[in-house]
Amino acid sequence: MKTRFILRKAINALMLGLTGLCALVTVSVLFFILGYLLWNGGRALDWNFFTKLPSPPGETGGGMANAIAGSAKLILISVLVGLPVGFMAGVYVAEFSGKTMAFFVRYTTDLLNGVPSIVIGIFVYAIAVLPVKHFSVLAGGLALSLILIPVVVRTTEEFLRSVPGPLREGALALGARHWQAVATVIVPAAARGILTGAILGAARVAGETAPLLFTSFNNRYWSPGLGEPSASLPVMIFTYAIAPYDDWHRQAWAAGLVLLGLVLAANIATRWILSKGLSAQR
Amino acid sequence: MAAAATSRVQLFRRRLQAGDEAAHLLTLLFGVSILLITVLLVWELWVNSALPRQKFGLGFLFGRVWDPVAEQFGALPFIYGTVVTSAVALLIAVPFGLGAAIFLAELAPARISSALTFVVELLAAVPSVIFGLLGVFILVPFLRTTVQPALQSTLGYLPIFRGPVLGVGLLAAGVVLAIMIVPFIVSISREALLAVPAEQREAALALGATRWEATRQVVVPYARLGIFGSVLLALARALGETMAVTMVIGNDPRISASLLAPGYSIAAVIANEFTEASSEMHVQALIELGLVLFLLTILLNGVARLLILGMGRQGGRP
Repeated sequence: MKTRFILRKAINALMLGLTGLCALVTVSVLFFILGYLLWNGGRALDWNFFTKLPSPPGETGGGMANAIAGSAKLILISVLVGLPVGFMAGVYVAEFSGKTMAFFVRYTTDLLNGVPSIVIGIFVYAIAVLPVKHFSVLAGGLALSLILIPVVVRTTEEFLRSVPGPLREGALALGARHWQAVATVIVPAAARGILTGAILGAARVAGETAPLLFTSFNNRYWSPGLGEPSASLPVMIFTYAIAPYDDWHRQAWAAGLVLLGLVLAANIATRWILSKGLSAQR
Repeated sequence: MAAAATSRVQLFRRRLQAGDEAAHLLTLLFGVSILLITVLLVWELWVNSALPRQKFGLGFLFGRVWDPVAEQFGALPFIYGTVVTSAVALLIAVPFGLGAAIFLAELAPARISSALTFVVELLAAVPSVIFGLLGVFILVPFLRTTVQPALQSTLGYLPIFRGPVLGVGLLAAGVVLAIMIVPFIVSISREALLAVPAEQREAALALGATRWEATRQVVVPYARLGIFGSVLLALARALGETMAVTMVIGNDPRISASLLAPGYSIAAVIANEFTEASSEMHVQALIELGLVLFLLTILLNGVARLLILGMGRQGGRP
């Protein structure tokens, strides 16, 4: 009896210790990634990286100025297209739709969210590249916006629903119509949360590579306007990492560090915005 | 009848003028646009893969030869690579993710748990091309010089560990995928475990169970729907993951039993060949691969979402 009890205690301690170990390993992966990028990318990062165009294959030097600008343009397009669509759809689901439609839109949004990004790439290739017969930064931005939309819909809905009931009732009691209450009271009350959703979505699409491979493609030079193919940071990382040149590997690390820095900073910033919002409400 | 119809029209017009119906219709437009986009997506994939569907039929899924020059397209090597790498990823990620989730939900103090969960969420935000970068320059050399020779010297008699040691291959892709999907398993399983009512846990403890016994025999079974849902979601991610896999899988459309051998996945072949495909048939065969991938992930996602919804409704009685 006694030994059985000791055995059970031992198993208890062992298994609980193992779960702690699992958590430790999982969490430490992020720090491994950060460490490697800081070490390899930090050494490779210089001023040229931000100001120069890529050098021809095999030559050293050069930078990724056009890819940085390209990524900025792609993210801007995706937000300009995806944010209004996602926001309005989120308002619809949270405020105006019946139960059945809400379920359908929500379920479809989740499905769209689960579509592999490479398939999104094929889709946009079929509707925005094939008809005009050339790659363009606009097509890339569209592909990214399709990835952004589900994120924005879900966060908009979630934060609209979390607006306190009395606030809504107060607006209605003052004689506001439903749409007036939504536009002037409910949406402003949830604005902070919706903003974080947009930032998180932008951070997610900033790192997407697969949907850009055959929409915005790549470009060794600047890409003026919307109709030209364009370089972007994620595609450059991919191209440079699998190329056989050491100097390109160096630059891939630098680009990786810049990209990861942006993505993590956006994520941490949203966390900060949200926690400030909570303490302000209290 | 007619009078009722007119009064309904009048009511509608009155509400339209007041703005509520206008706002409803305006937002409805955007809500419906999401449905339309999804339908259009399926339609485009279907229409643009007509050529290989007509030529190969279902045989497309079982063909073992992928030869763009001879216009012979069989998807089996890619399906095999996708399934095997995802299976390896699940084998590694499920125990780790579940263990970490149990620790975060059951053991860790609230502050530490929320801090660690945030780190796990950050891990989920790391772009896949970054995982690919680390895979190419850190993981693959490590596998080639350390792990794979060790595997061969200890378990080399198993067919899954035979063949030359290259670093790149199915094993490397599986490991990278495992790291990428662990955050999904951890964060969703943790929520499922936290949703288990405290009474369940306390009842088990009151009956004399140790902490681990209460977790294993009561809490985890109670949360099993949500945990299963998290695994399916992670699997759907793994199947569709492109960049990191493309960079480390070796890109060789052959079916080999060994995990050390290079392989190819559906997403990887699309990424590599799409812009270089010259014949219409080749492009459409790649689009059909995209269709296969889409249907697979949609199926998994749909089931997973229903399971997670079910978890929200009731804890899932054993």
